Amino acid sequence: MPKLIDTLGHLAENPWALLPKDATLEAVQQTPDKLVLVPGKLWQEQKAALLSTGKTFGVWLDSNETVSLLSDEDLDTLPLIALNFPTFMDGRSYSTAGVLRQQLGYTGEIRAIGDVLRDQLFFLKRCGFSSFDLKDTVKLEDAQKALTDFTTTYAATVEEPTPLFRRRA
Amino acid sequence: MYRYDNYDRQMQQDRIAQFRDQTRRFLAGELENAQFLPLRLQNGLYVQRLAPMLRVAVPYGCLSTAQLRKLAHIARHYDKGYAHFSTRQNVQFNWPKLPEVPDILAELAEVEMHANQTSGNCIRNTTTDQFAGVSPQEIEDSRPWCEIIRQWSTFHPEFAHLPRKFKIAVCGTEDDQAATQVHDIGLYIVKNFTGDLGFQVLVGGGLGRTPVIGQIIREFLPWQHLLSYLDAILRIYNQEGRRDNKYKARIKILVKELGIDAFREKVEAEWEFSKDGPATLTEAEFLRCKKFFTDPAYAALPDEDAAVSEKLRSDIRFNNWLERNVRGHKKSGYRIVTLCLKATGAAPGDLSAEQMDFVADLADGYSFNELRVSHEQNLVLTDVKLSDLPALYDALQKEHLATPYTGLLNDMICCPGGDFCSLANAKSIPIAEAIQRRFDDFAVQKNIGEITLNISGCMNACGHHHVGNIGVLGVDKKGEEFYQVALGGSSDRQTALGKVLGPSFAQDEMPDVVDKILQVYLQRREGNERFIDTYNRIGIEPFQEHVYAKAD
Repeated sequence: MPKLIDTLGHLAENPWALLPKDATLEAVQQTPDKLVLVPGKLWQEQKAALLSTGKTFGVWLDSNETVSLLSDEDLDTLPLIALNFPTFMDGRSYSTAGVLRQQLGYTGEIRAIGDVLRDQLFFLKRCGFSSFDLKDTVKLEDAQKALTDFTTTYAATVEEPTPLFRRRA
Repeated sequence: MYRYDNYDRQMQQDRIAQFRDQTRRFLAGELENAQFLPLRLQNGLYVQRLAPMLRVAVPYGCLSTAQLRKLAHIARHYDKGYAHFSTRQNVQFNWPKLPEVPDILAELAEVEMHANQTSGNCIRNTTTDQFAGVSPQEIEDSRPWCEIIRQWSTFHPEFAHLPRKFKIAVCGTEDDQAATQVHDIGLYIVKNFTGDLGFQVLVGGGLGRTPVIGQIIREFLPWQHLLSYLDAILRIYNQEGRRDNKYKARIKILVKELGIDAFREKVEAEWEFSKDGPATLTEAEFLRCKKFFTDPAYAALPDEDAAVSEKLRSDIRFNNWLERNVRGHKKSGYRIVTLCLKATGAAPGDLSAEQMDFVADLADGYSFNELRVSHEQNLVLTDVKLSDLPALYDALQKEHLATPYTGLLNDMICCPGGDFCSLANAKSIPIAEAIQRRFDDFAVQKNIGEITLNISGCMNACGHHHVGNIGVLGVDKKGEEFYQVALGGSSDRQTALGKVLGPSFAQDEMPDVVDKILQVYLQRREGNERFIDTYNRIGIEPFQEHVYAKAD
């Protein structure tokens, strides 16, 4: 069973239908779901047509895609941006989350999708991710524990913009 | 020396608990090998040819005697009684057992040491000049800056899964002893015309398969902006560095493909967002770190000593040792002493547990309880009284640690090679030993003069062969080990990459080949020219002609 948790480790409902990278406008029209997470490229190319379906959209970006697929308006209105990890060792999406939060001021939900494992959760949270779509193999209790693996970190991060050297007692 | 506070201690305890649990899950079959791999690497653990290898960080080469004794203890209790000091100023244990590694990390934490990020695709141990803080040629002590970078890079959440490893070196002296220009980022501490402190920032240097000398990305970065600027470089690299081919994944390839100007534009645009933000360093933080590196309680001493002068006259071996292994100090009456770990017959950089304890005793007695590791795989006592040199020398002699070859031919850099490393194409230690045996005579070494000979057992270049005056690279030719020789490399302020001499040689030919190269130098040198000076003047051809000449 796929599990979605938030930064506190609480299980969350996941009403979003995740469409694959090659999804078409027709696929969106045919899906019965009201909340649809579409690939960034489709969103960029078919935004008006997608919106005319009356559904609610989130957008997901693959690790080799950048925020340039999103407009300023998107950043103000999208309730959910998901960032993919084709493999957990592909670290690009950590920086993408940073750009979304620190440079573009995105305040909606940033979700980690793909190869999302227990041992990366703390760092993901620190970089501004707000939800984690865990791989089937991850035990929920393990994931909840992992979110508090460290008490703090040295560097300035999205979650704690003040670096440790400004916080040392 | 830097001392942990509660934050440092707590984070290290968190890390050990995390890795202990990861190891438990791996051993219980709950964590796949591929998932455990980067986790163990970022805790220093490789799987090598014969056993795991644990690489312990010696942050910027600074070691206390308590730490050295702990390393000796680990060598004795968890390993086979010795350890290897590496070209990254780190320490490697070749025989730890995986289930015991969390315990080793806990022991290290007792003396404020760790193995964080000593391998894997992350920011590695920051390195610097082994004479930082005591060199008379110093512009500014690099150690506080190294510690600031160590903390910033430790567990930096955004940069734990970079395209490839990432190495930063800081240099605060006129004569670069840190091979700064062949690091992913090289930082030269500089003062601008108004006397303000900052960094000249180089990016895209590196050895390995494609050696590249770093290029200047910023002439003067005021020190306050160090971390935000590093963040900007790393973010661009993390996003745009190649991930399709691990041999093209280092930042040097990205910088080359984009060109330094385009890369700089990207970094500066990125930096605009974080410049002057909370990551900006404060005077308070700089001073906090600086106060850990103040001078020890030096005595006011004359810069001469009658007993030393007398021993110099009467003891030729002491004379040789002092000439090669002892350097001038910023403080009158003190000297810097290198312990050249290149005794013929011992693997370069290796030290037994007994020797480590012994060296710790000497550092306690003669050098304010501290020592350094150099990237040339030697140890350094930084603060020895001139008047203590005879006693120190006598003690070192007994443990075969007074080899008087620092900076000479036999002080070669040599990776562990095919005897230990699973990446190696060829052995390197036996080559080093064969060459050392051929030239193991002080008069011969002295006549050859200053020279660097660097040996790597494979393209990964842990032995820095690209930047040796003579560089030796082990290659595999249809299952047989051969050695390619290059000349003219150097890793100082005039960093240069060596040029390949020609077809490679069999192992047993190597001492002769080195001999022939040196014959050309000795015949052609003018005045006090060092090997590298003669090479730069006459070029590679005379060497090629002589080495590859057909016998009559």
